[in-house]
Amino acid sequence: MSGVLVFAEQEDGEIHKVSFELLGKGRELADKLRCKLDAVLLGYQVKSEAYELIYRGADRVFLYDHPSLKDFDAVRYARNITSLVRRIRPSILLIGATRIGRSLAPRVAAALKTGLTADCVELDLENSDLIQIRPAFSGNIMAKIKTKTSPQMATVRYRVMGMPNRDTSRNGRIIEMETEAVGETGMEIIEKTRADTVNLSDADVIVSGGRGLRRPEDFKLLWELAGLIGGAVGSSRPLVDAGWIGRDHQVGFSGNTVKPKVYIACGISGSPQHLFGMRESEIIIAINRDPSAPIFNVSDYGVVGDLYEVIPILIREIKNELRRRGIEGEAEKSRG
Amino acid sequence: MSNLHIIVLIKQVPEIEKVRFDLQTGRLDRSSAGAETNPFDLNALEAAVQLKEKIGATVTAVSMGPKAAESSLRDAIARGADRAILLTDKRFAGADTLATSYTLASAIKKLGKFDLVICGEKTVDGDTAQVGPEVAELLNIPHVAYVEEILNADQDGIIVKSRTERNYYTIRLRYPCLITVTKDVNTPRLPTLKDKIRCRRAEVTVWNADSLLDVADKSLFGAQGSPTRVIEVYAPTAERRRGVILRGDPEEAARKILEVLKQAGVI
Repeated sequence: MSGVLVFAEQEDGEIHKVSFELLGKGRELADKLRCKLDAVLLGYQVKSEAYELIYRGADRVFLYDHPSLKDFDAVRYARNITSLVRRIRPSILLIGATRIGRSLAPRVAAALKTGLTADCVELDLENSDLIQIRPAFSGNIMAKIKTKTSPQMATVRYRVMGMPNRDTSRNGRIIEMETEAVGETGMEIIEKTRADTVNLSDADVIVSGGRGLRRPEDFKLLWELAGLIGGAVGSSRPLVDAGWIGRDHQVGFSGNTVKPKVYIACGISGSPQHLFGMRESEIIIAINRDPSAPIFNVSDYGVVGDLYEVIPILIREIKNELRRRGIEGEAEKSRG
Repeated sequence: MSNLHIIVLIKQVPEIEKVRFDLQTGRLDRSSAGAETNPFDLNALEAAVQLKEKIGATVTAVSMGPKAAESSLRDAIARGADRAILLTDKRFAGADTLATSYTLASAIKKLGKFDLVICGEKTVDGDTAQVGPEVAELLNIPHVAYVEEILNADQDGIIVKSRTERNYYTIRLRYPCLITVTKDVNTPRLPTLKDKIRCRRAEVTVWNADSLLDVADKSLFGAQGSPTRVIEVYAPTAERRRGVILRGDPEEAARKILEVLKQAGVI
């Protein structure tokens, strides 16, 4: 009774990247346990995506391809996964901590009468026990958790595990399964519309504002800066709670976890709740008037100063730089 | 026309902002924190009370916790619940989400006929968002999590709008079913002074483990029924960073940032 199973989440036929991250981690765990890494994919006309799971590390993909599974229905998805788990008996089951994953995983855990740890940021092995590490109390403390039942289930946050390489030379098996629970479940999707999402988790550069901003309109300054460098705009929780900017923009424990190349924190003091969501960024730049602000402890570059002075100058300097390049570019063209 | 029965699950939590942490040991000190109703549960209760006002319903608030959690249930009555049940027993203590869900689902079974269970999206102390969907599974009813809007409800079912990272879904659910609601679903009302005074004497039904024996297996309550264990807590470690601090001239600081952005290849 061993094996690592990863739930491959798809929406509109597209695999969520957290599932690839889980395959990366799952591969590591399976190799240590000397067992197979399996993925389960549910959807409709998604067979081509099953290969992607193999390229990212799966040995086998259990494919449930049926019209009834086109969109997420917690009951149908849980029923099929539960019956697969009873059949292949993995010792570990990993699910992304997305909204779909957080809605699905508890149903599967309750059906299997097994433990489930939410929102893990690290997974490790101690002998064959899965050590699940998750933040508690808004990211103020970390908790190590073990599960005594099988499978050991965990949901894992997006953007905390590394992304495995896509290796098209990898071999694996796709096992087409018969779909269960195709009848009525008591719920029916009557409309689906694309949400106008701000995809903060995928942005390369994020310019975030905190309580150092004086007025909601001042976010304009951050939008301008972000616009110049192809970035997205983030926010700490208090400004989201105050309604200055939409919840999609929130970075932190109760918002998005982000891992951009560059994170620019403007007027953010750096509460544990905020730091939790951005401390994996490659480069952290902080601008804050208070030299004792905790944000400086996690920054690569900390500017002790007024964002209202520094950012307009930065915007001017970036514009100059881009203009210079534009001129050089023109000169290049006329030469060529 | 039979009256709908709506059950709202409520948890009393420590005032999270006032819990202090010892970052060296990872221990937490709740002594300075008071207790309050989990803020998301107030949205759940408000949703139930609005349905009661619109289409007629009996609203039962159910909570598991220490005796002190009675105050959250009294407050629920002040805000419009008709009846409140507190599940309290040493044998319920130390429960993880599975044992908690099992206990709550058992209490719901004991209550008999119900149509809709409403929960907050998550609690601010546990932050797992697991109890709602686990209860739904244990009751063998469908659920929709992260409901941002209740569009319609009648005697047969409810139409809700929920959201994932990618899409909005409009979903029709037939009773009995469960939904978990986000803060976007409504703005909870404040109880009036009159209601507060009235609820001071309101009766809260107290059930212990023995009260549930006809519907539950007591070995599945509390710590005994919990498959997960916290084996260690510790303070998050800050990663080593370059830690370059720039003070003084904002022009110079801005130029330095520009240089960093260029090196990082973002401009």
